[in-house]
Amino acid sequence: MDFDWTDEQKILRETIREFAEAEIAPEVLEHEREGKFPRALVQRMWEELGLGGMLAPEEFGGFDLDPVSYAVVIEELARVWPALAIIVSVHNSVSVQLLNLHGTEAQKRRYLPDLISRQIGAFSLSEPGAGSDVAALRATAVRDGDHYVLNGEKNWITNGLTADLYVIFAKTDSSAGNRGISAFIVERNSPGLVVAPPERKMGIKASEAASLVLQDCRVPAENLLEKEGAGFKIAMKELDGGRIGVGAQAVGICQAALQRAADYAKERNAFGRPIAEFQAIQWMLAEMAARLEAARTLVYRAAWLRARGLSHSREASIAKLYASEAATFITHRAIQIHGGYGFTEDYQVERFYRDARVTEIYEGTSEIQRLVIARDWLREHGYRSR
Amino acid sequence: MDYALNDEERLILATARELAEKEFAPRAAEIDETGAFPRENVAKLAELGFMGMMTSETWGGAGLSTIAYVAAMEAVSRACASTGVIMSVNNSLVCDPLEKFGTEEQKERYLRSLASGERLGAYCLTEPQAGSDASRQKTTAVPDGDAYVINGTKNFITNGQVADVLLVYLMTDPAAGNRGISCFIVDADTPGIERGRKENTMGIRGSSTCTISFTDVRVPASNLLGAPGKGFNVALATLDGGRIGIAAQALGIAAHALEEATRYSTERESFGAPIADLQAIQWMLADSVTELEAARWLTYRAAAAKDGGGRFSTEAAMAKLTASRAAVTVADRAVQVHGGYGYVKEYAVERCYRDAKITEIYEGTSEIQRMVIARNLLK
Repeated sequence: MDFDWTDEQKILRETIREFAEAEIAPEVLEHEREGKFPRALVQRMWEELGLGGMLAPEEFGGFDLDPVSYAVVIEELARVWPALAIIVSVHNSVSVQLLNLHGTEAQKRRYLPDLISRQIGAFSLSEPGAGSDVAALRATAVRDGDHYVLNGEKNWITNGLTADLYVIFAKTDSSAGNRGISAFIVERNSPGLVVAPPERKMGIKASEAASLVLQDCRVPAENLLEKEGAGFKIAMKELDGGRIGVGAQAVGICQAALQRAADYAKERNAFGRPIAEFQAIQWMLAEMAARLEAARTLVYRAAWLRARGLSHSREASIAKLYASEAATFITHRAIQIHGGYGFTEDYQVERFYRDARVTEIYEGTSEIQRLVIARDWLREHGYRSR
Repeated sequence: MDYALNDEERLILATARELAEKEFAPRAAEIDETGAFPRENVAKLAELGFMGMMTSETWGGAGLSTIAYVAAMEAVSRACASTGVIMSVNNSLVCDPLEKFGTEEQKERYLRSLASGERLGAYCLTEPQAGSDASRQKTTAVPDGDAYVINGTKNFITNGQVADVLLVYLMTDPAAGNRGISCFIVDADTPGIERGRKENTMGIRGSSTCTISFTDVRVPASNLLGAPGKGFNVALATLDGGRIGIAAQALGIAAHALEEATRYSTERESFGAPIADLQAIQWMLADSVTELEAARWLTYRAAAAKDGGGRFSTEAAMAKLTASRAAVTVADRAVQVHGGYGYVKEYAVERCYRDAKITEIYEGTSEIQRMVIARNLLK
């Protein structure tokens, strides 16, 4: 057993950390205040660091990183800017990697090189009336000659306003529940694709949660991924990877908040000594540190299983559930340790607190994670739950 | 990075599971009920080399990794938590410091028979008035020729009534606080040693926990473990390892409670279907699975850090803090899933619930673990 990262992974962490502190940190406040997508910065990260195709093969311009290294990158980005971490995570996992694993050679050759080198990808599953319950999707895709015609409304699309390419899920068979869902590659400039402005959110403001309206949106039939009805399986499989990404994002948030809280506790004096000397503060820090390490261990375990090609659905859910709840807990305590200053923008822990909250919601709510865990656990014990 | 047991560790786990399920589990309720010390279990563990798992083969141990120890400890504790703590004390609190701090002669005389399981050890640090604060020790050793004379009382001594060898922490310089503490290896049959009655504890009732008093007990100076005044260092180095053992014991208790809750939930019907179909129950199972996994990997991480040879105080404290809480929480939920049946002794979760609590207290309370974690973090 070995819980350490390889030398390469350590160098990667160092590289991303240096870039994040020097180049990313100065951009955060302005973009978060205004909810502005950091298009230029993302472009630089794709070009200078190759972060646009971390998991993709080199033949398409990717970096061919293993999932553990990938988690290292997401964690380090989230330490400085959680919104940027999810922008990068969504692009890499449920866009580039989804196409890489489920696309045909022709689809990959057509879309991956641009997507990896200079474009931004998005994943569109949720609808106003269908979140956790994917079977309730109402968007439809109807075959019409060599096209599919898509109609419906989609929302909560990270990178949604800026994206150049979408993977959109719609029903090709409305009577078949999950098995009637299909996945399509849809270009930004497709006729009938209308992008609505993003939601105004509590946190991760620079990442867009946009909506789409599909009005007789015509998509070439060759842009269907795999086959009709395969959409649900594709989504669930890649969401496992996405959950590791969100888990790593949550770990980065935990690390940032703990570090800030520990530093502040050493500097701030009350009753004649640094507050770090009070057990009330030490207890909070100890709990925060233990939960952070547990979260990190679980996230990298899921990533390690994925890297080995071993089954990791339950483990990804465990990692995401634990890490996201740890992030909310730790950022909450970080504010508490900062007192009134924690409630101001200047100390930034309030930003991490707001950002942390969404990790319990997107890429499968904590409730969905519990459902996955419980069902899988019961199945292992010979019981198929309803 | 490697999150898997190696072949040898897998074999140890399988062996421990088989022994525990076949031999220990069927008698665990009886041991709990009567409070009898499970001698047969200890003999079986000794046959496999599990009483000195991490001790090198040179000294009669099995020479295994701390990872293997964690795996075996979880399996044993899952069947019988009393047997788990007996094994943990002998391995972590007795054999480990003897190998680390003992002289060749001490190892020959004591470690060999303790690691092989021929003799059983106990660790005597706590006193009626000195628990978390070891500097409050009142037991003393006064030099007298080539011997020391020990006087005082130790309590909450696991294996206390049956142990053959005692590691006793006491004051050789009462004015010096922690720096006045020394550690002695004491044969339990030395005149002047008296063992009190077994404590009537809430859980781990087979652990033979009692008070041991020392009245003018003469011990040769050559039985000093480590230098005089360095006993506190010995105790702390030892406890870091002990915490990994107790974390693993807690994992076993939690895993047992979760298994029982899982099985019951699929068998018990309410509202027309097994209660495993209800989200209220599924949520409890999912949270228990998650907390157990978090605790398990922190424990293995601490074990890997110990095997790596560096410092591992923080890792061990995090593992024990998290695993002991998981044991208490998971056992609590397991009782809840069982409803009224969880409150009666015919169902094992009632015992798990009682056994779990001590893991938050002994070998450093959760409060001490938080102190260790915070201090290292703030350094």
